[in-house]
Amino acid sequence: MRGRIQKITNALATCVIVLFTFITVLPLVLVVGYIIVKGFNHLSFDLITKNPAPVGESGGGVLNGIVGSAIILGISSVIGIPLGLLGGLYLAEVKEGKLKHIIRLCVEILQGIPSIVIGIVGYILIVLPMHRFSAIAGGVALSILMLPIIVISTEEVLRLVPVELKEAGVALGMPQWRVSLFIVLRTGLGGVISGILLSLSRIAGETAPLLFTALGSQFFSLKMGQPIAALPLQIFNYSISPYPEWHSLCFASSFILLILILTINIFTRAIIERMNYKVG
Amino acid sequence: MNKNSEKQDRGFFSGDNIFSFVRLCSGILIVVILGMIFFLLVFHSMPSIRKFGLKFIWNHNWDPVNKDFGAFPFIIGTLITSFAAILISLPFAISTSLFIKEYAPPVLGKIISHMVDLLAAIPSVIYGMWGIFVLVPFVRNIELFLYNHFSFIPIFNAPPFGVGLLSAIVILIIMTLPYSISISRDVMSQVPLELKEGAYALGSTKWTMVRKIIIPYCKNGIIGGTTLGLGRALGETMAVTMVIGNSTNIPKTLFDPANTIASIIANEFNEATGTLYVSSLIELALLLFLISLAINTIGRLIVHKTRIKKS
Repeated sequence: MRGRIQKITNALATCVIVLFTFITVLPLVLVVGYIIVKGFNHLSFDLITKNPAPVGESGGGVLNGIVGSAIILGISSVIGIPLGLLGGLYLAEVKEGKLKHIIRLCVEILQGIPSIVIGIVGYILIVLPMHRFSAIAGGVALSILMLPIIVISTEEVLRLVPVELKEAGVALGMPQWRVSLFIVLRTGLGGVISGILLSLSRIAGETAPLLFTALGSQFFSLKMGQPIAALPLQIFNYSISPYPEWHSLCFASSFILLILILTINIFTRAIIERMNYKVG
Repeated sequence: MNKNSEKQDRGFFSGDNIFSFVRLCSGILIVVILGMIFFLLVFHSMPSIRKFGLKFIWNHNWDPVNKDFGAFPFIIGTLITSFAAILISLPFAISTSLFIKEYAPPVLGKIISHMVDLLAAIPSVIYGMWGIFVLVPFVRNIELFLYNHFSFIPIFNAPPFGVGLLSAIVILIIMTLPYSISISRDVMSQVPLELKEGAYALGSTKWTMVRKIIIPYCKNGIIGGTTLGLGRALGETMAVTMVIGNSTNIPKTLFDPANTIASIIANEFNEATGTLYVSSLIELALLLFLISLAINTIGRLIVHKTRIKKS
């Protein structure tokens, strides 16, 4: 009797779990499917060669947003990548101590700060003194978001570098800094670069920090000190607009952004998986 | 060799010293950045802190015209949306990770697992766009149905707009699921095989094994992970801003338009004029920072404690 009840509950539980999984996966598939289908229908060559058309005219593209995003990401990479790498090296190589504990804690806190708060900080830090919104402000805000991600991923990768390799370097009379840069960093380079790419894909879609820093723009601009368009900002502004022409631009730019981010993710995850396989 | 050691012996300015100094500086810089963020937020919300004091937290009014600002409606909006989203998504997250780890054939489990990881990478603004074009009309129909048939229940008794609390909760559920799934999946893969095999050897069914072995073993990890997910949901901005309907009143029903702390900042910061208005918004950002800091710290402590216990 008891066995029978157990069997029934077991079957029931299995059904519930499968059903719940299905309900979970369904909307996620729907989101991606919707963006891909809608975006693919609105794709055109104009999209990446032209700037947005004025309201009421059909056509136009998001060239300014693509270029703007690239500029902002470039600025944040110049700031975020070297600092992140050095911070990661610090956490991976320096021996445990109070200061290291504090720094690690700060990295974790920094990573947990909501991105909109970072946007406000970028506004206070750059926009207020400069008296105008600018690409630089956007880049700085994103670099603050990027920094902890790179520090953490760099540390994780560099910890996997076998200690024998370092010892071999030291035994050959290499100074410590050369061991760090040319043995430790060199060995973990694949993983470190993957981490950087992942962090780039993460901040490429960030919108909230750009609202009060880069602001967005209808025009093509290469100037660092001026408001600049960005792909995620365009998606936001076009999707809340009432114009069907802008909606189609927004579908298409979501498609571009999504494909970009998914591609980076699939590639880097494959690389990381292969590295773990090799090391472990 | 001699040359090399000469190079190293250049005293204070040797490569090693410079390198470790630079490395140390970049480490300390992180602490400085965090301190600076906190200082800037406090400094620029001073006008509002001085004017309203602690009353800011429970003041119901948000009135830019009369320069009377209170955070209460937005704190409520933030807490309702994120707690509801996390609590509802929890059973789904646990089921999905159980399915991935225990029930599915390995290939299918791996596919779903990878898919979930990719979905976590989709930016918030894209979820928001989907929310505007697909979710809000869908939710409006559901609200209409609930309103027509169940309006005697207070939380369903409001005109259905589509945009509002319910839509925000649903989009938050969808967005936090990949994150919660990946955490509980990672916790579940730490369950020792011997325990599971032991349970099976004693003749238990799969469900008994899950209930008696996996769930107790993973409980703390899942709670910690859920708390971290809550920290994420609290600060989620774009998608929520796009579907929550932007109202500064306290929501009374599930269908009411509302605002979270993050969404009111996103909606009003660029249009805010006057020192007090701007600094009230910055104080909201400071509040959000502190709330998510508290939640994240609790979550990390729980996760950390379980890790220590297990190793």
